[in-house]
Amino acid sequence: MRRVGEGGFVNTTLLLVQGLNGLQFGVLLFLVAAGLTLVFGVMDFINLAHGVQYMVGAYLGASLAALTGSFWLGLLLALPAALVFGLVLEFLVFRHLYDRDHLSQVLATFGVILFLNEGVKVVFGAAPMQMPVPDLLSGGVPLMDGLLYPTYRLAILAAGLATAALLWFLVERTRAGMLVRAGATNAPMVAALGVDIRRLFMLVFGFGAMLAGFAGVMAAPILSVEPGMGDNLLILAFVVIVIGGIGSVRGAFVAALLVGLVETIGRGLMPDLMRLFMDASSARQTGAALASMLVYIVMAAILAFRPAGLFPARA
Amino acid sequence: MAFQESGHKTGTSRRGLLLASGAGVLATPLAAPALHAQAAPIKVGVVAVQTGPQAALGTQLRDGWTMGLRHLNNQLGGRAVETLVIDDELRPDVAVTKVRAALERDRVDFVVGVVFSNILQAIMRPVTESGTFLISSNAGPSTFAGRGCSPFFFNTSYNNDQVHSVMGQAAQDLGYRRVFLMTPNYQAGRDAMAGFKSRFQGEVLDEVYVPLTQLDFSAELARIASLRPDAIFTFMPGGLGVNLVRQYRQAGLANIPFLSTFTVDEATLPAQGEAALGFYSGANWAPNMDNAQNTRFVRDFEAAFNYVPATYAAQSYDTAMLLDSAVRKVGGNLGDKNALRAAIAAADFTSVRGGFRFGANQYPVQDFWLCQVVRRPDGKFQTQTVRRVLEANVDPWAAQCRMPARI
Repeated sequence: MRRVGEGGFVNTTLLLVQGLNGLQFGVLLFLVAAGLTLVFGVMDFINLAHGVQYMVGAYLGASLAALTGSFWLGLLLALPAALVFGLVLEFLVFRHLYDRDHLSQVLATFGVILFLNEGVKVVFGAAPMQMPVPDLLSGGVPLMDGLLYPTYRLAILAAGLATAALLWFLVERTRAGMLVRAGATNAPMVAALGVDIRRLFMLVFGFGAMLAGFAGVMAAPILSVEPGMGDNLLILAFVVIVIGGIGSVRGAFVAALLVGLVETIGRGLMPDLMRLFMDASSARQTGAALASMLVYIVMAAILAFRPAGLFPARA
Repeated sequence: MAFQESGHKTGTSRRGLLLASGAGVLATPLAAPALHAQAAPIKVGVVAVQTGPQAALGTQLRDGWTMGLRHLNNQLGGRAVETLVIDDELRPDVAVTKVRAALERDRVDFVVGVVFSNILQAIMRPVTESGTFLISSNAGPSTFAGRGCSPFFFNTSYNNDQVHSVMGQAAQDLGYRRVFLMTPNYQAGRDAMAGFKSRFQGEVLDEVYVPLTQLDFSAELARIASLRPDAIFTFMPGGLGVNLVRQYRQAGLANIPFLSTFTVDEATLPAQGEAALGFYSGANWAPNMDNAQNTRFVRDFEAAFNYVPATYAAQSYDTAMLLDSAVRKVGGNLGDKNALRAAIAAADFTSVRGGFRFGANQYPVQDFWLCQVVRRPDGKFQTQTVRRVLEANVDPWAAQCRMPARI
């Protein structure tokens, strides 16, 4: 039997690298979850189609970058395109669902997932697409012997943190943000005070779609751009907003980093941890299985103590 | 799980039967009388996934078949052909329902295609028990190569185990002593590791299983960097492979040889591009194979469909050529099943792989190659043969097959 730590994960440098990986994945999750939590919290609207908006963002980014020949132009054009796409969806589909119950919303937005997953295939083809890493960010920083940490991933981390700061400012320090917070606490009361709640909803929705699209564009150079790419991320995004407290951007931020770290470090550590109790081959499989459960175990544990999540929006 | 599935299957089959009999009643006046059977076109059901994330593979398979028929002037052995593309949606229950409908309502003469093994497992009995020949042009599970072999089942691709063992042998031949293994955590992933280890005799540093839904490989890449293996072996089909290959390159690990199966091929290379340059794969065919049949196939395929064919397309093309030769041998008469079976088993056609013959279990006996990703002068990426690893290889299950001499 091997000792834990022997070329394994319990090694400070490696743990730091894994921590950085976890933070970067968490930041990506945050970009998706932030829009989701706002839409869910403020509008009480379950939008399963949030994941396909992330996918559409990635497709828009990849195709616009290919068209213009520049990552930056692709990114710049994809953002308004994702915003417009979100608003069109809101106008065509979601607007008619706000007053319906959650089941209708789940069914209708699930239909949107199926429709758009096939839709991108009709438009862009079934084969995965790629978006090149911009030259400026194509290098890597040597973090440990033999491993480069891609500069682009650091850029994702920076972009995510900047977005979080911007969101904090918008939500906490502006008038629109105040209305959003008020809406998350009690939407009918905000409407009764004379605020055009429909317009606020549209604004929140469009912004959420743009954030998801932004996450999609940022992820496109490291992940494969393919139909259904948003579906896996959506599940984790829901875990994030449930842990963070529905409607709370601050909660989403903390929970996204937590989920990213647990997911990444757990995957690395679990098999080694299991080796303390069992032989190598069963440790590998049990460890891998446990690692994929870990996020949900953490969620269950947090909900057991704080049923409304870490930072509930509704007091 | 198996019980649930079979229960489900009976449910759908009953419904399929009802539907089919309903359609049969409606179609009776139109049904061609047996007298004219000779003049009627041969009907072939091509099972190829067309929806979902793996649709690109089904598209390759379908287009390979279409290319074959174009070269044959849309005839098999001199008889006109009607192709029915059956989208299995990568769901066994859907596949069974649609294939039953093709058998009972459309009365297809052959069922060919099938990308994924689980779909093949589901449609195997419905097809073979109806006395129809089933020719898999991709899925090659061990189940039907050994004890489960059937006189009505042929395979024109490979047995899954062979492809993984090719990479084990290649690692051995290339002199790698310390190898890191990584596959998704499901049956095919575990089979891949077993297949690799069946021929690799060096040290396996670690075996890592990742969830099938994994997006980010940074944790595993850090682990690889810390272990510094001579090479890694992986099996990451579809989008998993696209993510892994690009992240592997971005992490600066590309100096550690990347051995893989079903991870870098012409279906995923458009999305992997430069990141996959120099990465290894194991296969029974590559677009650069130098024979007249293959040159013509690749040239015309690219002209017609505007992308580089992968093994899915090549094997499907071979299947069309195989059926053409078989129907010609029996003079277009598909009634005598024993004669037809012998004609298929003879495999009297020119394969894009060079030679082609069937073993006793009706799986191919063929060479396997170590392939490497290259950039062609026109800027497109493809795999290219590096060296022959296994010669006239018989799959490890063939000995367990007791094939009846007559149907």
